[in-house]
Amino acid sequence: MTKPAVLTGEHFMTGDEAAAEGALAAGCRFFAGYPITPATEVAERIAERMPQVGGTFIQMEDEIAAMAAVVGASCAGVKSMTATSGPGFSLMMENLGLAVCTETPCVLVNVQRAGPSTGLPTQGAQGDMMQARWGSHGHYDLIALAPASPQECFHLTIEAFNLSETYRVPVLVMTDEIIGHLSERVVIPPAKAIKTVSRPRAKGRKDRFLPYKPGPRGVAPMAAAGEGYRIHVTGLTHDERGYPVMTVEAQAEMMDRIMGKIRNNREDIIRTEAYRLDDADFVLVSYGVSARTSLAAVDEARELGIRAGLLRLVTPWPFPEEKIRALAGRVKGFVTVEINLGQMHLEVERCAGGRAPAYLVGHPGGTIIPPESVVDMLKRISGRT
Amino acid sequence: MTETEKGKAEKTEIIITGFGGQGIILAGRILGKAATLGDHRESTLVQSYGPESRGGACSAQVTISDSPIPYPYVRNPDILVCMSQGGYEKFGGLLREEGTLLIDRDLVRMGEDDRPRFAIPATRMAEELGRKMMANIIMLGFLTSVTGVVSPRAARDAVAESVPKGTEEMNITAFNKGFDHGAALLKGRRKKASGKTGA
Repeated sequence: MTKPAVLTGEHFMTGDEAAAEGALAAGCRFFAGYPITPATEVAERIAERMPQVGGTFIQMEDEIAAMAAVVGASCAGVKSMTATSGPGFSLMMENLGLAVCTETPCVLVNVQRAGPSTGLPTQGAQGDMMQARWGSHGHYDLIALAPASPQECFHLTIEAFNLSETYRVPVLVMTDEIIGHLSERVVIPPAKAIKTVSRPRAKGRKDRFLPYKPGPRGVAPMAAAGEGYRIHVTGLTHDERGYPVMTVEAQAEMMDRIMGKIRNNREDIIRTEAYRLDDADFVLVSYGVSARTSLAAVDEARELGIRAGLLRLVTPWPFPEEKIRALAGRVKGFVTVEINLGQMHLEVERCAGGRAPAYLVGHPGGTIIPPESVVDMLKRISGRT
Repeated sequence: MTETEKGKAEKTEIIITGFGGQGIILAGRILGKAATLGDHRESTLVQSYGPESRGGACSAQVTISDSPIPYPYVRNPDILVCMSQGGYEKFGGLLREEGTLLIDRDLVRMGEDDRPRFAIPATRMAEELGRKMMANIIMLGFLTSVTGVVSPRAARDAVAESVPKGTEEMNITAFNKGFDHGAALLKGRRKKASGKTGA
């Protein structure tokens, strides 16, 4: 049965379902995955929907294979995605690095649950934020987005594809069990109102094509396997031809390119959202579900006469260093609110650079942080108790 | 429940609880859908997701509000619906003082708890209709008439949209049974109350 890829209209759906719909609206036509709580509903929805839009869903033997299939499908020219959680995210790390090194666009949705290891499989956390940044071996840059509602699961999954295709980089959608299983209003706009981006395509003579010769913004045009362009794709350090070159110089050049395309376009990539920040003495820094807690806490604290504001990280990675540095000069303190024991907090502390104190309202995982915990911290550091 | 000048609740928090398998989550989903898509208000549903959703005391937490809902968890509900003894024991103490308690009369024994409640034999009524699994929809009808937290039309539309194809009519009948039971109960109470004042 054929159904539209974009289900224009108003829905009451979960974050997981909305992420799946966002992927389809972005033009994703390949999903490989392995079921894992609490990300299974993303795969479930996609499994039902892909055949309706002429796409492919494949359940692989594990998450290592799932990520490999996603990288492969994208090399063949199809927008590709997977979704996972907990141990599955760990298993995907090796091939996430392959996507970085081969500059293969793809999207990975991580519906975070409490770890380490099997942890609390059915309960939410935000404990994979540093793994998202550094989980694969070697040094690299990538992009991570953190939706705070089912509506954002839809929009930011589209955004993830657009950024991924623009910069030929894997993009992580770092959601969590709470948002993943939360049902709320999701408005899906008409298809023509949704902006989608596709990777820069290869042009010119097929026998002279250099698959890793950077174009505008430092991003090389990409040929799909089978189009006739000469391509070579490897996880080994490679030159513009894609051929392995085992020299220090080739390594430096390749690293410069894969890091540079993110670092030199930070302004285009980084997204933050400010709430009551203009006159704030204390800045809550938060993302995903914890940003909702923080939003409630800002209003409660303001009622008590504490001038609090919120800086929401829509893109935790790349981290908005400049924003924190600018704020550090004029505020009395930062409070990072996150369901882990201090991960993005380390970044806030680093960028505050001692010019403003950085506090943490963290949680070991398993539940949402209540606004009172944040208000209590604000009372304490503002000297109200 | 925050009251506006008009006397209509601006924000209502609801917990529906019962055994996994009774359709508790579906009831919550229908309620949220009715509020969001039918009544054009804001609503969130947090569903219990562990092993309890397959047998233990499972719950659906629904918030309905006229403004965005930053914190979607329900700690002290304005309305508590209990469709099992386990659910009543686990969540009964959380209900706000002036809150509304709804129970399946045959499945919940309240013992010495003498709080006012609205009781309906939802499961028995569903059995009489030939489908025990529609007890949740009967309860939803009952909840709609007793509390008015969603409009009957929005609730009926959400029921029809959420149940398996081909069972819509049957489920609307079940909803109406619960709704009428609630309406009759309210009418009886009003009569009794006016009798007391000697009017």
